[in-house]
Amino acid sequence: MKPAPFTHHLPGTVDEAASLLAAHAGEDARILAGGQSLVPTMAFRLARPAHLIDVNRVSDLGTVAVGEDAIGIGALARHGDFHRPVEDGPLGALLSAVVRHIGHYPIRMRGTFCGSLAHADPASEWCLVAATLDARLTARSAGGEREIAAGSFFEWAMVTALAEDELLLRADLPRLAADARWGFCEFARRAGDFALAMALAVYRVEEGAIVEPRVGVGGVEACPRRIPEGEAVLAGRAPGPALFREAGAAVADAVDAVSDVHASALYRGELAGVMVERALADAAR
Amino acid sequence: MTAPRDVSFTVNGEARSVRVEPRKTLADAIREDCGLTGTHLGCEHGVCGACTILLDGAPVRSCLMFAAQAEGAELRTVEGLADGETLHPLQQAFIDCHALQCGFCTPGFLMLAAGVLEREPDIDEEGLREALASNLCRCTGYLNILDAVKAAAAAMKAGPG
Repeated sequence: MKPAPFTHHLPGTVDEAASLLAAHAGEDARILAGGQSLVPTMAFRLARPAHLIDVNRVSDLGTVAVGEDAIGIGALARHGDFHRPVEDGPLGALLSAVVRHIGHYPIRMRGTFCGSLAHADPASEWCLVAATLDARLTARSAGGEREIAAGSFFEWAMVTALAEDELLLRADLPRLAADARWGFCEFARRAGDFALAMALAVYRVEEGAIVEPRVGVGGVEACPRRIPEGEAVLAGRAPGPALFREAGAAVADAVDAVSDVHASALYRGELAGVMVERALADAAR
Repeated sequence: MTAPRDVSFTVNGEARSVRVEPRKTLADAIREDCGLTGTHLGCEHGVCGACTILLDGAPVRSCLMFAAQAEGAELRTVEGLADGETLHPLQQAFIDCHALQCGFCTPGFLMLAAGVLEREPDIDEEGLREALASNLCRCTGYLNILDAVKAAAAAMKAGPG
């Protein structure tokens, strides 16, 4: 359980980190931020990066910055930074409810939001949040910055749109309207374990009808994503248990669930529907 | 570089300098280079929590960090909990509530609880249960551990004496 040897780089600025990444991209270089997924993988020697570019001392990588329209989450924002709401609106409350499902307390002291996105585990809560809320992600390389929409960032399990010489600099989450309702539900076999399925639901109610529904599912397919079939059921209709069940059923039908040692595709798909139904009910609380 | 690097930090208030390979975990450096074997290693991949220490006041898995990342850090381990002959309220409560059997997981639970209670002295029982779920105890003493941490939390809020 000892990692293979590697070269440890400690850049002090984003420019230095990007240059190091450019110089070593072809030699299996990895960014080390919180390390709560990468280091165990290295302990098992499933990953044997030749270079670790440790960004923990990079002075110009931010943490959480609350702007007028969005929350900017810099590459050094740790999960634990969301334990207390980072803003007074629904988004702050949503993030502080969801964060309690990520790993365990000590893991949350080190692991980072952007690191979770770049790692892109199918069962990552932050990846689900980013996909459902249409986060805007900023990638940085020696050549400059580019923005990637969350909807096209997650390409497959553990595969993202980041090029090998790019690091994830920041994620911007659009703030939610003051009257936005949100609900989250996940099912895992043990506290802190990977979710077999989870759902995030956000909507507003105008004159008794649901508007701007967002329904995202994670841990079910290779990547978290919004499920338009579920959202279509909700739009324009009055919230209630029967409608939530119908939306859940539509999601269960729409997803292409993965099968693994923990759950069959059939089970996972049905579980996704139940998670959506419960997340919607949670939002209506 | 893969070559050894000199790293300086404090452990329980005492300055330490160690020369470590980059791949050496902080847990191994604490045990092998600092000689502080109270920090235990169970799984070495972040699941069991036996190696939990405080890094600048936050409970972390010391097997999921490299020693080379701890430059300038303030580390606290189970050896630093007691004040001379006086046990820390958590240690006393673990004895009083029979919160340990074989003792392997105990240093990790003590440091986890110390970190959580220092950061969140008003944490409720649900929060405490969630936090204590971070670590594994194979003697299945979780309820006694919960009782001990609740008792220690009350004692710590009441203050010394």
